[in-house]
Amino acid sequence: MNFQAVNWNQIKKIDFSKYTPFIALLLLVILSAIGSEHFLKFRNITNILRQVSYTGTIALGMTFAIVAGGFDLSVGSMTAFVGVIAIYTLNYLGAGADAVILAVLAAIVLGSALGAVNGLIVTKGRITSFIATLGTMSIFRSLTLYVSEAGEVISQNDLYPEIGGGYFLNIPFPVLIFLGLAVAFHVLLNNTPFGRHVCAVGANQQVAVFSAIKVKWITFLTFVITGFTVGVTAVLLSSRLNSVSPGDAGIFFELDAIAAVVIGGTPLSGGRGTIWGTVIGAVILGIINNMLNMLGVSPYLQGTVKGLVILIAVLLQYKKS
Amino acid sequence: MSEPLLTIKNISKEFSGVRVLNNINIDINRGEIYGILGENGAGKSTLLKIICGIYTPSAGELFLAGRKVSVGTPMEAKALGISMIPQEFNLIETLTVFENIFLGSEVRKGFLLDKPYMREQTSNLMQELQTDLSPNALISSLSVAQKQMVEIAKALVHDSHILIMDEPTTVLTIHEVEILFDLMAKLKEKGVTILFISHKLKEVKRVCDRILILRDGDQIGVEEVQNVDEHDMARKMVGRELNQTFPEKSFPQEEVVLQVRNLNITNLLTDISFELKKGEILGFSGLIGAGRTELAESLMGLRPKNSGEITINGEKVDIQSPLDALKHKLGYLSEDRKGKGLLLNFRIPENITLISLKKYTRWFIRKEQEAESTRNYIKQFNIKASSLKSELEFLSGGNQQKVYFSKWMDTDPDILILDEPTRGIDVNAKRDMYHFIHSLVEAGVSCIIISSELEEIIGLCTRVIVMREGRITSEVSGEHINEEEIMYYAAGLN
Repeated sequence: MNFQAVNWNQIKKIDFSKYTPFIALLLLVILSAIGSEHFLKFRNITNILRQVSYTGTIALGMTFAIVAGGFDLSVGSMTAFVGVIAIYTLNYLGAGADAVILAVLAAIVLGSALGAVNGLIVTKGRITSFIATLGTMSIFRSLTLYVSEAGEVISQNDLYPEIGGGYFLNIPFPVLIFLGLAVAFHVLLNNTPFGRHVCAVGANQQVAVFSAIKVKWITFLTFVITGFTVGVTAVLLSSRLNSVSPGDAGIFFELDAIAAVVIGGTPLSGGRGTIWGTVIGAVILGIINNMLNMLGVSPYLQGTVKGLVILIAVLLQYKKS
Repeated sequence: MSEPLLTIKNISKEFSGVRVLNNINIDINRGEIYGILGENGAGKSTLLKIICGIYTPSAGELFLAGRKVSVGTPMEAKALGISMIPQEFNLIETLTVFENIFLGSEVRKGFLLDKPYMREQTSNLMQELQTDLSPNALISSLSVAQKQMVEIAKALVHDSHILIMDEPTTVLTIHEVEILFDLMAKLKEKGVTILFISHKLKEVKRVCDRILILRDGDQIGVEEVQNVDEHDMARKMVGRELNQTFPEKSFPQEEVVLQVRNLNITNLLTDISFELKKGEILGFSGLIGAGRTELAESLMGLRPKNSGEITINGEKVDIQSPLDALKHKLGYLSEDRKGKGLLLNFRIPENITLISLKKYTRWFIRKEQEAESTRNYIKQFNIKASSLKSELEFLSGGNQQKVYFSKWMDTDPDILILDEPTRGIDVNAKRDMYHFIHSLVEAGVSCIIISSELEEIIGLCTRVIVMREGRITSEVSGEHINEEEIMYYAAGLN
């Protein structure tokens, strides 16, 4: 009797709430293409994607933490710390490809381990993730400055810059790694029991406990995953510059990563979320930066624009629920 | 009686073309307790929401003391003296009783709050309600019944003369229900009109003066309560004879599947020992707070125990977590469906397979199999949902409960503990649940049923354990399973 009304409602619901980030991206691309003739050039696009891939990769891990109802503020400092240690390891091991491989592995293991530390503080120490990672954010930054004595740490390996600066089929390595991880994480979140459990823990912890889900273990793992993505980013970033400056590396990464997740439609309250949304969120942030540069907007104002975009994204989420 | 206080004339309500209320006409008198009866989805809530301004009717008029009124918002309803006592209380736990009662309408003296005045008013009100609740007590320290009292006081302080109570007794113990009924009688004497909704027909029969019966949005009839009995009410609600609410009792086998010995939890449970036989429906009766839920949770490994021995199928087990319980094929449907049972923002299949997800996984979750299995449960348990993609929050209480039941059935349990399995669900869904439980034990599963509804315990169980203050006070079976004996032990009258 009311098929039309029902169908229309469903169409409205699906189109609007689910694909908002995608529509926003599309609009932004069209506006940018009109605003600047250089925007759609292949080189510009790959540049944007490269810029995006650093915090974007972290945002992929952060999506798991946020969907599970948590949060990680320490990712920026952690990036600097892992970057510094990676280059020290590299310089200690000397020249050659095997040194690079070992250093990369060390970085990823260290990132995951630091994530595990966050996870332990949250699950075993029962400290909310906001406070726990606020603490480790300060600790990681201070340790970075201490081990490097606040001086720039430069790699002596000629092969290392190939990772961050290299191309495959004209696409920068970091972009490929970012998109590759995105595909893997999408499958992990949507098609495995682990991903389902992450959503359940974020949606209602009590129900998860009563459903025989190892809530603490799942929460712990989301922090390890976030740490893992920080390890990857630390490699991509330090190898791109072939150095790390301990004071500035990774500054505000936590902000960009969380912003990408939120703009991508994942609610901060957890319980659900999408990886592709996060990818789009990260790209939206990248395009905004790029356009503001091309249009000659003062770099000091770019933070304002970014802040407004985050606020609008959250406001739209409120409207939805 | 003179002129009616509230007249509802030709009220109808449509939602996007679907008619959920059809031409309702009733008069409600001053000082009357007026029951509204109907199954879930009959239109009770819609009617109430129209009266208290949450919905506007598609057609029809409301008259208050003969004057036509339009109630556009809950605020307007309050100004007209209509208040709703919500099922889930709107109290701020960290504030005191008087602060909650005057929340949003604080009395000021200059720039500052006039706390002494508000305290005094609250204390007067409490005296009127004949309770000894202190105005300075923190809400978080109160029992559910006391919180309800505060909600009622909150309505009275705004001079409400129409109170709407939506299933007020579901959260109360038997003793507390008595207090509530006393209070309702007093309010009635003062000329307050009460609209009372309950699924418990016995209560309706006892407290109401008149009742309106709704079915599928239609007004089936208005009856003087003294002229109808509970059977008539049920028949009118459902629209057909409700034969055999409870299935024939089936008798357990000899084999003992679960044995609990001397289980203790400090301050909660003392010396709990009992056994459960294969294919048995064992009832746990008692007042709220007797420790039944705590016992179930400790069996499931959700609560650490201080001592005690649990044997399943002759083998001593050590259950530390729900995962351990699952390994021993133990299942538990919590009384708190929304808080501990189901993920309301998840879809039906994802809820049903949450515990048994491994079954559907080979590297990745095979979603087609999940859907297939869900379709089977929907058919088997007669779950009404518009599609598999429906999120749980859009299902009625009865259908949610059936999904919850399916969720545990999917783990293939040997022993299933059902805690208040029919709380807040309608007559038909209840009957369905009873029959599912029955066919379950016929198939050799053993069930423990914890219920505050004596009728349910009496109708289903072959043996009943009565608990009081964390101890087992008695075990009854056969003809001893009756209201008097169970209440006698539950209330500790010996």
